[in-house]
Amino acid sequence: MSADSSGNIPFMQRLLDSPFVLLALGVLVPTVIYTVWGVVEALSIPMAP
Amino acid sequence: MANFRTCPDTGFKIDLQADKLIKWNAVTAVVFLLVGGLFGLLVALTRWPAVHLLDADLFYLALTAHGLDVLLVWIIFFEMALLYFTSAILLNSRLAMPKVGWLGYVLMLVGALITNVAVLQGNSTVMFTSYVPLQAEPHFYLGIILFAVGALLGCAVFFGTLYIAKKERTYEGSIPLVTFGAMTAAIIAVFTIATGAVILIPTMLWSMDIGLIDRVDGLVYRIVWWGMGHSSQQINVAAQIACWYAIAAILFGAKPLSEKVSRTAFLMYILFLQLASAHHLLVDPGLSSEYKIFNTSYALYLAVLGSMIHGLTVPGAIEAAQRKKGFNNGLFEWLAKAPWGNPVFSGMALSVVLFGFLGGITGVIMGTEQLNIIMHNTMYVPGHFHGTVVVGTTLAFMAISYWIVPTLWQKEMVMPGLAKWQPYLFGLGMGAAAIFMMGAGTLGVPRRHWDIAFADSAIGHVFPEAANLMMGLAGVSAVVGSLGALIFILNMVGTILWGKAKVPAPASAEPTPAETPSAATSYGGAGTMAVPGTFVLAMVFLTTFVLYYFVNWKYLAGVWGLS
Amino acid sequence: MSIFPAKGVWWNEPVEKSEVLWVSIAFLWAMIMFFMMPYWHFAGEQNLSNEAYKISPDAFVEKTENFAAKYTVREDAATGIPVVAPPAGSDVYIFGRTFEWWPMLELEQDKSYRFHISSADYMHGFSLLPENINLQIIPDYEMVLTITPTSSGEFSIVCNEFCGIGHHNMVGKIFVK
Repeated sequence: MSADSSGNIPFMQRLLDSPFVLLALGVLVPTVIYTVWGVVEALSIPMAP
Repeated sequence: MANFRTCPDTGFKIDLQADKLIKWNAVTAVVFLLVGGLFGLLVALTRWPAVHLLDADLFYLALTAHGLDVLLVWIIFFEMALLYFTSAILLNSRLAMPKVGWLGYVLMLVGALITNVAVLQGNSTVMFTSYVPLQAEPHFYLGIILFAVGALLGCAVFFGTLYIAKKERTYEGSIPLVTFGAMTAAIIAVFTIATGAVILIPTMLWSMDIGLIDRVDGLVYRIVWWGMGHSSQQINVAAQIACWYAIAAILFGAKPLSEKVSRTAFLMYILFLQLASAHHLLVDPGLSSEYKIFNTSYALYLAVLGSMIHGLTVPGAIEAAQRKKGFNNGLFEWLAKAPWGNPVFSGMALSVVLFGFLGGITGVIMGTEQLNIIMHNTMYVPGHFHGTVVVGTTLAFMAISYWIVPTLWQKEMVMPGLAKWQPYLFGLGMGAAAIFMMGAGTLGVPRRHWDIAFADSAIGHVFPEAANLMMGLAGVSAVVGSLGALIFILNMVGTILWGKAKVPAPASAEPTPAETPSAATSYGGAGTMAVPGTFVLAMVFLTTFVLYYFVNWKYLAGVWGLS
Repeated sequence: MSIFPAKGVWWNEPVEKSEVLWVSIAFLWAMIMFFMMPYWHFAGEQNLSNEAYKISPDAFVEKTENFAAKYTVREDAATGIPVVAPPAGSDVYIFGRTFEWWPMLELEQDKSYRFHISSADYMHGFSLLPENINLQIIPDYEMVLTITPTSSGEFSIVCNEFCGIGHHNMVGKIFVK
């Protein structure tokens, strides 16, 4: 994405200039932390004794 | 090949396809604001105890339609317009895949119509949330799914445009901060829509009763559905803040105080804002406190930190720009001399303040694990989100419309006099409605409830007289706010249909950039320009936040023991 | 300006003092708010146990009926719903069903009860008024928590989750002596 030119652009600036990396992070992080973690907890609730 | 025209006001190169798509999406958005707003007015007039307008079944129907039409349809159509504007136009680029953009538009429109029809037919009164095992007609879900797919295509066009603009070198350096904010919104939108598909497609199959799916688990539904339901409102937060930055730039020539800080604040949104979907699950059975605390705090409140940063840097950017222009006396001359009669500015300023104080603070407090116990599903909840999505997002979108519509259509506004008052009427009316709703919520008044007098019930509950008073005042305020919304809609539609063509005069008094940006001043941060006034305002905000936060812990400490 | 591209290495541009200060203060406040939630689990009296079980609505209704059969003291005149007075410290069962909370309860002030709450059909909102304690009740799930009434009088359970057109008529009662 920001492969061209300038090698001395800081890592964070290059990250913020990479829409598709950010898109992947922005979908992955909440999917794992919110959705998957939540659904796993819901599915592991035990049957009533 | 794409065709372009040049905007006489701003000098931007405008792709004609993008131009058309922006216009159609924006106009459709406004039409649905009218429809959804009217349903909202009916809801307000029913919950106003002295009026109690609709019958129970019509009330719940209107409430379902109100939620869908404003929380999804109005907002997302307008956001599509913003996505096309901030990508193709701000990047001086052609729009990627315009046909896909049109397909997306048609799917969204058809979907919105199908769902509205389903609701009006009367067998899909399930509220915006459509919690299973309440069941709507299959086409209720189908409409939302089509709408979501259409919006996803819009996001694809946006990302495609970012890609080709970079490849075709239509700009140098990093995308503008405003486009970065819109990209944040688009990323959250992709998560939102994907999540919505994961839950609504099985729910639709279940409602069709064809043997494919015979049960949808209630708790799993709530977890996944809120991944869509709450995140869709986080799209708004990102989009509205992009509008704030845009307006600061357009009216004042303001530069962000620091690109680094503002973009990092948006990064916190990209990573963590969606976790706040857990706000809705804090009093649900069986989820652990670790899950609740980590998610409801948006990962150690890092996304709230992002919001507090924008809350400083948006007014701070304006202060820096104003001081540079010589409004340098005392703490607040820059603010006093701001164009309070220009609806672009007043709408944005009210949006910043009301969103922060009414929507932001209350959202964080209600999203605190234990404090949610004394607020969940009371009127406090709609009070809070009328503080975010109405006086925050909707007002910000109105403000930028006062600039976009005359600029893009090249027409004079038909009611410039009323437009000056409109943001105050709408913002203060709906802001007051939000406050009174929250007041009623603290007295335990339930949301989504037709009759707190329990006239048809064998037994009832007697609410304190103050609760009825609050609900009455909320009704009055909502009527005032609705009048403000109506003036906005009439003004926009009137301008588009009957507005006089703008005379392309260079000395236009209308909101063109106050400071013609030369290459040397048009980019980069405002540097080390001090913003003492904004800092004082931010401290006032923080003090309010801290006090109100601990007041609520004190309320909680007074209720029955729970463990 | 924010509507134009940012050129150069903006990441290394200096950040103004008051902005740095604000970010630091806001970060500190964020940490305080985060700390408050675990802190309240140790220091506060109002926390949900998060204990829950999966159970079919029929099975839960049966459990509740057995519970009511044991401790019913009278019938509510207006609705015919039994009023149940369980011994202090015991298990208490109650469910929501369109459009009632079943049964009614009679409890003693400052005594603790282990509540089991569920739904026989749709989602309901358990809103205990005027205390303003609100819980989400989901069918197929049995929520368990210990409740200690610290005040006396007549309390209502108003349903605050939409559960059908008669939702607004759904009220239950808890009497605390």
